[in-house]
Order: sequence, then structure tokens, then C-alpha cells
Amino acid sequence: MKTILLVDDSRAVRLVGRRMMGTLGLNVLEAEDGKQALEVARANPELDAVLLDWNMPIMDGMEFLTALRNEERDKQPIVVMCTTENDMPQIVQAMQAGANEYIMKPFTEDIVRDKLEETGVL
Amino acid sequence: MSPEDYTYITKYLLDTTGLSLGENKEYLLEARLIPIAQSRGMNGIEDLVLSLRSQLDQSLKTEVMEAMTTNESSFFRDKRPFEEFKTSILPDLIAERKISKKLRIWCAACSNGQEPYSIVMSLRENFPELIDWNIQIVGTDLCTKALHRAEAGVYSQFEVQRGLPVQLLMKYFEQCEQGWKIKSDFDVGIQWKHLNLLEDFKHLGMFDIVFCRNVLIYFEPDLKKNILDRIRNQMNSSGVLLLGAAETVLGISDHYSKLPECQSAIYRVSGQKTQETQEVT
Repeated sequence: MKTILLVDDSRAVRLVGRRMMGTLGLNVLEAEDGKQALEVARANPELDAVLLDWNMPIMDGMEFLTALRNEERDKQPIVVMCTTENDMPQIVQAMQAGANEYIMKPFTEDIVRDKLEETGVL
Repeated sequence: MSPEDYTYITKYLLDTTGLSLGENKEYLLEARLIPIAQSRGMNGIEDLVLSLRSQLDQSLKTEVMEAMTTNESSFFRDKRPFEEFKTSILPDLIAERKISKKLRIWCAACSNGQEPYSIVMSLRENFPELIDWNIQIVGTDLCTKALHRAEAGVYSQFEVQRGLPVQLLMKYFEQCEQGWKIKSDFDVGIQWKHLNLLEDFKHLGMFDIVFCRNVLIYFEPDLKKNILDRIRNQMNSSGVLLLGAAETVLGISDHYSKLPECQSAIYRVSGQKTQETQEVT
């Protein structure tokens, strides 16, 4: 079973995400900011994917993504941004920083499934 | 809705669009037709049927037909047919046409345009050698509103996230007030035409590839055969037909054989053209 890390400061989004990921057959980990997410990622070297919010306290999604991609890991997880930052410049910025896909909130279960399939997570 | 009104509308739709609703679809008719009746100041479906029977209002007939057609679509819908289009269909066709450098593709029920745009993106991304070829893509649909949307190439945030990889969104779309629009400098070269598949389509010319996905499923077997036979007559000898995931030619038409290397409903024409098959209307 593949493992995905949900990173979002909104408990409600994490709840919805956990339910969706569960129905898609994924093992789910959670973090509520980038710093916590980095700790979870380090503790889970086999992590397969990250669903990543952008705007969060302490460490935002872009800082987390940059730090993650700069870490020496045997396995770099797929990162799918999932954010209300819905303009082209932000999308370009995230992809240049190493994101693999991009979900613009609000999202539906179909969109999440499509994006996870697109990136080979499912 | 009275049983008489239901019978009238379902027969009307069958005769004009081929759409076979069957029984017990009153809820669907009411959901789609009551708003039309209300927008025209009518009291309900009874008035709408009266007006249809009078045959005086052409715009009402069109609006009813269009309201009942399904315009659900997405980019690279079902994914696998587009993979097989890329890996199993195009390489052979490109090799065959390398002298004439010409390919004609028809999307026979193109809805809001996602399918033809997906084809264009797939060609651009995977076959750069076609840059100097004469590639003609014709998108037809019964629904004028859908065709206008297709031609405008404007999609909502939800629509561009269904099946479209973000890399293609970044490359081929730009943001606009209504959402995301095909870039104006992206010369797609798609011809958009209004077409009812029940009517004659010989004027469209001959094609190498026909996408007719998720439309025959709504038709009765005799009508499916009629349309498949007439499509066959518009296809070149090595032409390829793509149907929807739930559709088949099996038991309906002998003029196609399934491509064994493809898992999707993809067929090559086989044998001679059919004897001249008359259109329905």
C-alpha cells in the first residue's frame, strides 16, 4: 500500500483528504505545516507522495518543497500541490520548485484521483 | 407530466436526434425541459408540448434538442484510448502517409471541444515531425451552444483539471476572466461544424481517423448500424474508428475489425465500403 502525506493547516481539509485517500486505497499521514511535514517525511523514507497546501504558518508549502527537493533521499516522493493559489505564475513557480502536479482548490474527488493517476501514485 | 406528453417528447427526440430515452425518464425530461418552459413564460411541459406540436417555433425545437443532449466530456477522456492513439494508431498511419503528408481526423460528437483539443495537444507533444503536414481536424456536434464553447476554447477551473496534465495547461492555456482559454497563438486549425448524425455527412469528405465516442450508446441498434455504415463510407481504406469505452461494433456492423493490440474500443475498417446507406432524416 502506498503512503501519502497530507499537508494542510486546515483540519477540515485534512479530514476530507484522509477520507478521499482512504477510499483510493492509500495509507495516509498528516501534517499541519511545512516544518511538521519535513519531520514526517524524514521519518518515512519510503514516502510515496505528498499532497501539499501552499499557505501555512511556520513553514509554507513552497519552503517545504524546496527543502524536500534539496534533501538527499533515496526516494523523492511525488508532490502534488493542492492550493487556492490558482494563478499561472504560482503554478509555474511550484512546478519549477519541483512539484509534479497541481490541484487548484476547491477540488473534487475526481480531480484528486485524476492527478494521482497522472503522476503514477495510483 | 402526462403519459401522452411523455410519449410525444420521447418520440420527437428519437426522430430528430436519435436519442432513445426509453421508459421512466420523466424526471430527466422535467429537469431539463421545465427551465425552458419557464424561461419562455409557459405554464409547464404541457404548454411546451403544445408549442412543439404546432411546429411554429424552430428555436424551441432546437432548444429542446440541445437541452436533452449530454455534453459531458473531459480532456484525454478515459486516457487509454489516447495512449493507444499515440502508440498504436498514429505511427502506422504516419508511415503510410509520409508521401502525401496529409491526415484528416473527425470528432463526430465533439461536445465542448475537449476531444479535438486533446488530439491537437497529443500530436504536438508526441509527433513534432508532423509540423509541416496538412493535418485537418473536424469537430462536429448537434449542440450549437457546445460548438460555440468549443470554438471559444474557454474552460472552467474544474474542466481544466479533469484529465489535463498541468504541464499541458501551462503550455497551451492562458488565464482569462472566465477561467482558462486555449492560447490565442496556439494555431489549432480545428474546423467546427454543426452536424446531426442522423443527417447526411458525405460533405465532410474522407477521414483517416474517426472519434465517435460516447454518442452511439444513446441510440437504438438499427440507428447505430446506419450511422456506423455511413461513417465507414467516409473512411479511407486504412481508416481507424474509436468508440467510447462502453460501445462496440460487435453484432452491429461487419465493416470494422477490432485492433487486437488495443484494449480500447478501436477498430480498423475492413472489406469494401458499404452499399450506399441512406441517412435517417
